[in-house]
Amino acid sequence: MTSTAVTERQGTRSPSYGRRWPRLLIRSIGLLYLALLLALPVGLIFVRTFAGGLEPVFTALRSPDFQHAFWLTVTLAAIAVPINTVFGVITAITLVRRRFPGRGLLNAIIDLPFALSPVVIGLSLVLVYGQNGWFGSFLKASGFQVIFAVPGMVLATVFVSLPFVVREVIPVLREIGTDQEEAAYTLGASPARTFLRVTLPAIRWGVIYGVVLTTARSLGEFGAVSVVSGRISGKTETLTLYVEERYSEFDLIGAYTAAVVLALIAVAVLLAMNALQSGRGNQAREWVTDLLRLGRGKRRPPSDNDTEKAALDTNRSEI
Amino acid sequence: MAIVIEHITKRFGDFVALDNVSLTVPDGELTALLGPSGSGKSTLLRIIAGLEVPDRGTVMLGDRDVTNVPPQRRGIGFVFQHYAPFKHMTVRDNVAFGLTIRKRPRDEVKARVHDLLSLVQIEQFADRYPSQLSGGQRQRMALARALAVEPEVLLLDEPFGALDARVRKELRAWLRRLHDETHVTTVFVTHDQEEAMEVADGIVVMNKGAIVQVGPPRELYEHPANEFVMGFIGEVNRLGDAWVRPHDIDILFDEVPDSVEALVERVVYLGFEVRVELLRRDGSRVWAEVPRDQAEQLELREGQIVNTRARDARTFPASDSSQSSASEQPTSA
Amino acid sequence: MLGPGIAVAYLGLIVLLPVAALAWNAAAAGPNAFITAITNPATLAALILTLFAALIVVLIDAVMGTLIAWILVRDDFPGKRSVNALIDLPFALPTVVAGLVLLTLYGPKSPFGLNLAYTQVAIGLALLFVTLPFVIRSVQPVLLELDQDMEEAAASLGASQAVILRRILLPTLLPAILTGAGLSFARAIGEYGSIVLISGNIPFKTEVASVAIFNQVESDDPAGAAAISIVLLVVSLIVLAALDLVRRRRTHEAETEL
Repeated sequence: MTSTAVTERQGTRSPSYGRRWPRLLIRSIGLLYLALLLALPVGLIFVRTFAGGLEPVFTALRSPDFQHAFWLTVTLAAIAVPINTVFGVITAITLVRRRFPGRGLLNAIIDLPFALSPVVIGLSLVLVYGQNGWFGSFLKASGFQVIFAVPGMVLATVFVSLPFVVREVIPVLREIGTDQEEAAYTLGASPARTFLRVTLPAIRWGVIYGVVLTTARSLGEFGAVSVVSGRISGKTETLTLYVEERYSEFDLIGAYTAAVVLALIAVAVLLAMNALQSGRGNQAREWVTDLLRLGRGKRRPPSDNDTEKAALDTNRSEI
Repeated sequence: MAIVIEHITKRFGDFVALDNVSLTVPDGELTALLGPSGSGKSTLLRIIAGLEVPDRGTVMLGDRDVTNVPPQRRGIGFVFQHYAPFKHMTVRDNVAFGLTIRKRPRDEVKARVHDLLSLVQIEQFADRYPSQLSGGQRQRMALARALAVEPEVLLLDEPFGALDARVRKELRAWLRRLHDETHVTTVFVTHDQEEAMEVADGIVVMNKGAIVQVGPPRELYEHPANEFVMGFIGEVNRLGDAWVRPHDIDILFDEVPDSVEALVERVVYLGFEVRVELLRRDGSRVWAEVPRDQAEQLELREGQIVNTRARDARTFPASDSSQSSASEQPTSA
Repeated sequence: MLGPGIAVAYLGLIVLLPVAALAWNAAAAGPNAFITAITNPATLAALILTLFAALIVVLIDAVMGTLIAWILVRDDFPGKRSVNALIDLPFALPTVVAGLVLLTLYGPKSPFGLNLAYTQVAIGLALLFVTLPFVIRSVQPVLLELDQDMEEAAASLGASQAVILRRILLPTLLPAILTGAGLSFARAIGEYGSIVLISGNIPFKTEVASVAIFNQVESDDPAGAAAISIVLLVVSLIVLAALDLVRRRRTHEAETEL
């Protein structure tokens, strides 16, 4: 007889008739893989960075190129994130609530930033806004530089981080349905008011999670800005480009320091994502959980919830 | 194959699902485990199946001690409330599954599957997928699947709970007929007393992890061991300390000894039966069940004053808490 | 029509316009120029390397990803929640930092004494890193929602754990695994940042398609770069479509669209 593991939800009910050693073996393999691929490398870089003490790190942090790269990166994110959030929400609402020709196509376009290599994205921007690009002569004439300048980098950052808010908001919109909005209309609320007071709060977790992902992506972009920026130190170098540059100049501490800063931001993002998982899942999951009366961390006596589950079941078409 | 359960205890965390339960299920019979949610009936069934392991106690199938034997080797068939279909397989492959993994010859499997599909009357869906079937059809598939491996014991966990009323009734009768043909020892769990009464040879009434009464349906109905059983099986009225079945409340026009005057508050025609809601002079509210023709004879209507008499009122001795719903305190009339 | 108008303008300007320029450029010089650009030996080598590396990595991802999803859902051990959070690290960490991080552990100054820098294995490592979450996050929700009734039913019918895994669990998880694999593949063939430091970008040996594209841009051959890009995109779309087809064939439940 083997012991049953503590369950959280139905999907985690371990069969009491399983054996012990395969479970331990599988666990070890999985954890070892993660350690070798993820945990150790990241851990090591923290160790290496501070191996020579704090002083070299502070020097690196104070370098003007680093500072510029840092603030440029932050600026790019500060521009890209609001744009993608506002337009992302609008796009999501449009796609879910309206029917119009080309809807499917639009939906597919949203996934393009995922499907394209970052350097390809950079290339495509060059082909439009570069010297010999579609708008090349027009831009030259007006003296406005896009490629090898910050505007190009903004476009690249917006492009690569575009899908996140949309993709996070769409399922939430679908899930909450139109009931609440319709209720608001019948109570006399204008569309704008309804949007602000009803829709937006309902989708807030999806939006927040999307913003976190967008921010992470914007801060971490490398390939596209690599192509588009010309990598002029102190002018068009983001923090990620700075890491590469320092490494190729054999300035390991410089590279490591910048990497650690980025890694710390990544960890903060991870923590935010994790905290939000429970938050954003909650809105949708809460009513399901209540419905099925599952307690967290308690073993579940069988077949108690069947009346509710039966209600859900018979909603499917039965004879 | 008889099933003998002895001193089974099972806990889930702090919750005691089964408390020292012992039971013998007769060979070849259709037995119902009946009780409300949380009574432990499903847990007991799953322990018989080997899907749960008891903290204490033994399970015997025939003369084999199977307490530590995994479900794969117990020779049982199990039918789940939500059918548990193998969604990625056709109906045919679902039913064949048990035979396929035992590496039976293809022809044998094919023939047997065909027979079973005909038996449960879904042969026309053989090449469809479970998602394309209705709930009733899926459950019949699940039954065929369980029967395919010729189990010695068939276990069903609220098999009709997820179906709507009409399908439920059809399948109930159908299960009874199937049992009459196959005579496999069958145990099914239900919270629906009407279902248990209609289908089972014997009923095991359970409450709060313990067995309250065991017996054939008629006996449970006519001779309930305590208030819980009387209240759970069949309808019942309470008159102070006494419990009376609605059909044991007579409605008369003449005064007779032991009768009490009552106001007819509502008369509901439910097809064959007529339900008469009465407010008695002593303040108690009861409802009587009267056959249709009698209701018409008496010309019962709201606002009438009639006489009522309770035949065969039962009282039960002060209950010891483990056996009945101790939460109710009998009130004096 | 305000909503759709805004959405169209936004997506059109940011995404569609550049992509159109890409397609146009690749086609503009004519099919011959396209073929020449692709069949340039170094480019061909890069494309083949990229595809092979991606395939191998995706296979490993499918196996390890399912395994890790399994232990995150069905197993319990101290620190499980932290491990679960850690899985998203490759999403959060910039690719160039990922490359640097792997270089530290597996490169010249490795504490293990290994030096995998400038090898094809290094490319594999980098790709495994950045594609780690896809299969895991794809399979996890399916496992979580999985009705264990099916497994119990199989057990009651006599199936051993191995049989349950092979005939019940894996087929049920296959659609999710394929989805994750598709995403991993698309990501892997386009990956740049994590590879660029660790591989050395040696033509014919460790130069991947994205680096080849970059070089073409630097050497002022945008048409050539565009050609390679289109090849990558088409391969990506074909693989995704193929996986989608396999998934659709094997899934016999209602699919929800947009």
